[in-house]
Amino acid sequence: MDLAALAGDYTVRTVVAGATLLGVTSGVLGTFAVLRRQSLLGDALAHAALPGIALGFLIAGQRALPALLAGALASAVAAALLVALLVRRTRLKGDAAIGLALSLFFAVGVILLSYVQGRAGAGQAGLETFLFGQAAAILRSDLWVMAVLAAVALASVSALWKEFELVTFDPTYAAALGLPVAVLDVALTALVAVAVVLGLQLVGVVLMSAMLVAPAVAARQWTDRLARVALLAAAIGAASGVVGATVSAGARGLATGPLIVLALSAFTALSLAFAPRRGLVPAALRRRSQREGRRDRDVLQALDTLRRRHDDPTYAAERGMLDATVGHPTGRTLRTLERRGLVERVRHRPEEGRHWRLLDAGEAALSALERGPDAPEDRP
Amino acid sequence: MTIALQIVATGALVGVAASLVGTFLLLRGRSLASDAIGHAIVLGIVLVWLATGATSGPLQLLGAATAGVATVWIADALGRTRRVADDAAIGLTFPALFALGVLLLNVYARDVHIDAHTVLLGEIGFVWLDTVPILGVAVPDALVGLTVVTLVNLAFVTTFFKELEVGTFDPALATAFGFAPGALGGALLALTSVTAVASFDAVGVVLFVAFTIVPAATGYLLVDRLSRILVLAAAVAVASSVLGYLAATAADVSIGGGMAAATGVFFALALAFGPRYGLLAQRIRRRSERDANENRALAVHLYQHAGTPDAGEENVVGALRDHLRWSEGKARDVVARSLDAGWIDRDGERLALTDRGRAAAREILHPGAARRAAPAGS
Repeated sequence: MDLAALAGDYTVRTVVAGATLLGVTSGVLGTFAVLRRQSLLGDALAHAALPGIALGFLIAGQRALPALLAGALASAVAAALLVALLVRRTRLKGDAAIGLALSLFFAVGVILLSYVQGRAGAGQAGLETFLFGQAAAILRSDLWVMAVLAAVALASVSALWKEFELVTFDPTYAAALGLPVAVLDVALTALVAVAVVLGLQLVGVVLMSAMLVAPAVAARQWTDRLARVALLAAAIGAASGVVGATVSAGARGLATGPLIVLALSAFTALSLAFAPRRGLVPAALRRRSQREGRRDRDVLQALDTLRRRHDDPTYAAERGMLDATVGHPTGRTLRTLERRGLVERVRHRPEEGRHWRLLDAGEAALSALERGPDAPEDRP
Repeated sequence: MTIALQIVATGALVGVAASLVGTFLLLRGRSLASDAIGHAIVLGIVLVWLATGATSGPLQLLGAATAGVATVWIADALGRTRRVADDAAIGLTFPALFALGVLLLNVYARDVHIDAHTVLLGEIGFVWLDTVPILGVAVPDALVGLTVVTLVNLAFVTTFFKELEVGTFDPALATAFGFAPGALGGALLALTSVTAVASFDAVGVVLFVAFTIVPAATGYLLVDRLSRILVLAAAVAVASSVLGYLAATAADVSIGGGMAAATGVFFALALAFGPRYGLLAQRIRRRSERDANENRALAVHLYQHAGTPDAGEENVVGALRDHLRWSEGKARDVVARSLDAGWIDRDGERLALTDRGRAAAREILHPGAARRAAPAGS
């Protein structure tokens, strides 16, 4: 199928629209989750949605998306409360509390799923699609449910932006200002649960955590400002959603959820590697050029020192002498300095090795290097 | 061997093997490594199968376990770049590897013995299908593998108990002793991976996490000694398999889910009724502390007004409500408790400290004064 045909396909359009909605919402809310060091809470919330889906089905008596999502939201929030209770009231650490809530809620979900499947006629419920998501099963009417959820979540975030920002970066200060920190905490977590619920049909409970974490981490590499991180995360989430949905539609048999997650992982890997300031590659290049700058300065300084010591402006220093003065081999540095016209090699006497002399341009370069302070070591 | 026994034994071995490593992961704050490892081995299993065609056996075990360790290693390396917080690094790594594994399964689903749903849920109800004869008895493959892994874990924990203990509670001291805590931590993760692979067919990815974390957490809420936590965790794991099997078969629902949820039942009991760290015990402790504080407040109040002109007005039950702002009921309770404790005497509305109550008030107002006055002690 070519791209134009894909774009015209009804199912594909629905999936792409759903993936975009999900990407934007989880990108924005994931930003808060990641900055609040709650990356893995999303994982717990997503797994914890499973029993709620089954309960929603059992209560509604049919596969009605609003009922399933309401159930999912309720059980996800219950899991978040369990995590909070365990962290606050027992000696279990956050990671254990998250793993505990995640696996126990999921176990109950597995039990309920098998119960649902055991009932007559419920085999068609297709609740297992929520494990990995099944994008093709999304209906236009489902899209409306998703759109309403996304709109509620995004509107809440923009209405409470200042408050959420403060609670995220400086909860103590927020409390001192009289903000209801605990309420805002719960509200943010509940909104993350909304984003999780939004993704259940598309990517499923298992991969949903990546939808929250990856866009935020990718966006964080490019900018320091919260608003920009959130917007960029939304864009990256949406782009990954579109890429995943399109590839999946073009190559039949490849599940949409994993493809979206892989697209996201690719965006994240590229951002971690190449983002201009925080990227690992630019940082390594910066460190290397700083190291070379230091070497240049050391060699030029040594030439200058020796020249002064001998009271001879045209003094040519021997290579071994330079190595000893600088403290490490200088051959490579000397050759690059020569190419840049800062030093020249001089044939002294036949039986002696190469000698090197500082040129006027080198003198100027040295004083420039000495004026500029050592660029500080790269810091994240 | 009946089918029921085979299934329960498989569950119990998964639980014991997982909780042996899980206890240390829990105490080291690395519980979620089991989550990451559990997911990542899916990719390992598929890759080994693609490369060698092996769907089980030692090669599979080794290859898949390597994938598990590699995941944690990648996440740690990402965390060390300090571009990503540690928890986010885990949250980035394993979903990516898992997604890749699921996609490969997607493509080759027809040829490989696992499908995506088994990956998550396992099929403990069918462990009796694949068996090997041992001494004339048909023993499930899974049971053989799990027995070996459980014994290896047990041997590891007992052999390096001291090193693991010190490395867990005081990594700096362990380094000083030359215990190589890094190597032991790596071995722990490797064993977690191997355990995950061996448990995988039976309980799947997520329920493995339950067996790793929940029994250990239950033990941790009940006792303090490491050896006792380990024993309790193993006991909870075995009991959960039995209870989970019975309940699940009675209700005709997923057996693996039942066993994992049963660990939650034991955890909930420990959380509610644990003797020291349980919520009920905490509540009782807080309450008795509050009671004692109120008794002291009453004693001090009476002491300060005793023998002063306003004693008649202050040292009466009504004053507690007006001056200490206690409610009627609370005032009544405190008076009753103080009477029981022999700190006060009551004469109608009037309250007076006994000798013992006076001594208590004096100790609060002038700590140590009594001891200084009577150095011999009494």
